[in-house]
Amino acid sequence: MIEQSPKLIHAFGALAELGQEVANKNNFQETIRTSLHLLSGALGIMRGGVARYSRYAREMNMLAIRGLGDEFPLSLSVCVEDERQFLTNGLNAIDAHAARVLPFFQVYAASFERRHIELFIPLIIRDEIVGGLFLGEKATGEPYSSYEKEIICAMGRHIGVAISQRNLLAEIERHSEENRRLFEDLRRTYADTVKAFATAIDCKDKYTEGHSVRVGKYTELIARELEWSPEQIEGAATAGYLHDVGKLTVERKIINAPYRINAKESAELNKHPSVGYEILQAIHHPFTDVPLAAKYHHERLDGRGYPDGLYDREIPYIAKVVNLADSFDAMTTDRPYKARRAAIDVVDDLRRNAGKQFAPELVIAFLRGVLRELKSETKDRRFRRLLGREYMEAEGLAPAITGALNELAPTSSLTYIAARSGSE
Amino acid sequence: MTENTSFDVDPLVENVSPEPAVVVIAGDYLNKLTGEKIERECKDKLDAGAREIVVDFSQTEIINSIGISILLGVIDNAQMAGAKVVFSDLKPESAELFDMLGLTKHVTLQ
Repeated sequence: MIEQSPKLIHAFGALAELGQEVANKNNFQETIRTSLHLLSGALGIMRGGVARYSRYAREMNMLAIRGLGDEFPLSLSVCVEDERQFLTNGLNAIDAHAARVLPFFQVYAASFERRHIELFIPLIIRDEIVGGLFLGEKATGEPYSSYEKEIICAMGRHIGVAISQRNLLAEIERHSEENRRLFEDLRRTYADTVKAFATAIDCKDKYTEGHSVRVGKYTELIARELEWSPEQIEGAATAGYLHDVGKLTVERKIINAPYRINAKESAELNKHPSVGYEILQAIHHPFTDVPLAAKYHHERLDGRGYPDGLYDREIPYIAKVVNLADSFDAMTTDRPYKARRAAIDVVDDLRRNAGKQFAPELVIAFLRGVLRELKSETKDRRFRRLLGREYMEAEGLAPAITGALNELAPTSSLTYIAARSGSE
Repeated sequence: MTENTSFDVDPLVENVSPEPAVVVIAGDYLNKLTGEKIERECKDKLDAGAREIVVDFSQTEIINSIGISILLGVIDNAQMAGAKVVFSDLKPESAELFDMLGLTKHVTLQ
């Protein structure tokens, strides 16, 4: 029978709209709901549903239904025999009454009859069942013509593609999430290993217990103050934690000497940056600068450091950061031959040595961090935890830092801080 | 008594019918997914006792497949509730489409 052309135009309009809907990549649920509307409206179908097939659970799970009532099952089991038959059938309409030989149509016969389900279309995309269409009676009460079944299958192909795309996306998201979790686990393992190494290094030196861990934390604080990226901050902290790894090969009696060591012992101790570099270079680090930080953390801007006596720009930046953190910890902790220095003296030392031993911008960043904490401009109390409350509350510390900052960067906005502090 | 829906309702139909009736002005609203609201509102009114749904098409130029589907939903709900559906002021081309798709078998044209 030749179909009336207005009906054909109407159905093709719906088909075009459906294609656009699927291509638009709107919200998946809305796409499916719209698809069911377009399909129902194209041919005047009173009721129906669109299901997604789970091949793991062997279930057709309803994504959208219209006019099927509350009693219609929202999840329909599919057995191996059904699955095989659906795949053999391909994306073609199956007459629900004629297919009673299949378990699927026997099990759900009552539900199908109650809601007048006449057609079932397995949605098969690239030889895989991705879903199914359940279609009830037409408003005309007439049986579906072969032309209408073709229209339904064409629309079903679009819906199947939408479901397939969604499945693919979900799989990619799942893999991506799995990879992210694995990476996070690896990252955590690496960070834990680094900290364990730092603790092991510190165990060798009973007088500077916790030194590597503190240097790691100071390095991290400087990197934060410099507004480095999270990865760079993590890398900087790692460099700080591992900077003294070379000390593992230095004799314990030299490290723990309760006196100023002699020249020979000093030469032995001074090998630790190069040894540390050799140890760390053999490891594949996610942060490339870690071995360089170990090797050059005793270099000075004025070229009077070791092992290579490098000058300013020759020194890797990360080594300058670790150098400052290392020196700061040395000055602020008790040594067997030297008591920790007063906070104000330390600030003064940093100021005087900026440009000689330390990079001025790093001293500024570091002191700015301490000052912000003193002025309660930051929520965390990292310096307080590392240095102790009493040390941080030393009288005149904040003005001393402000003064140092102004001297180091007289044209910076910190001048304003000093002016304001002075007027208060 | 005529009950008002939250969208477009013709106030002139009040007390016209002895049974509770709802008048819905289809507009262009019907042709979008948001048109499902019409179906839900009609269902609520049917549940509340409305026995006649009058869909006014006087402001509707074209009806697409989504609109047809929503109207089929309204018809289905009304039939389940034993209520009557009336389509009024339908354009001839829309009437032809409804006739072709079988909607006119279930409604009264006015």
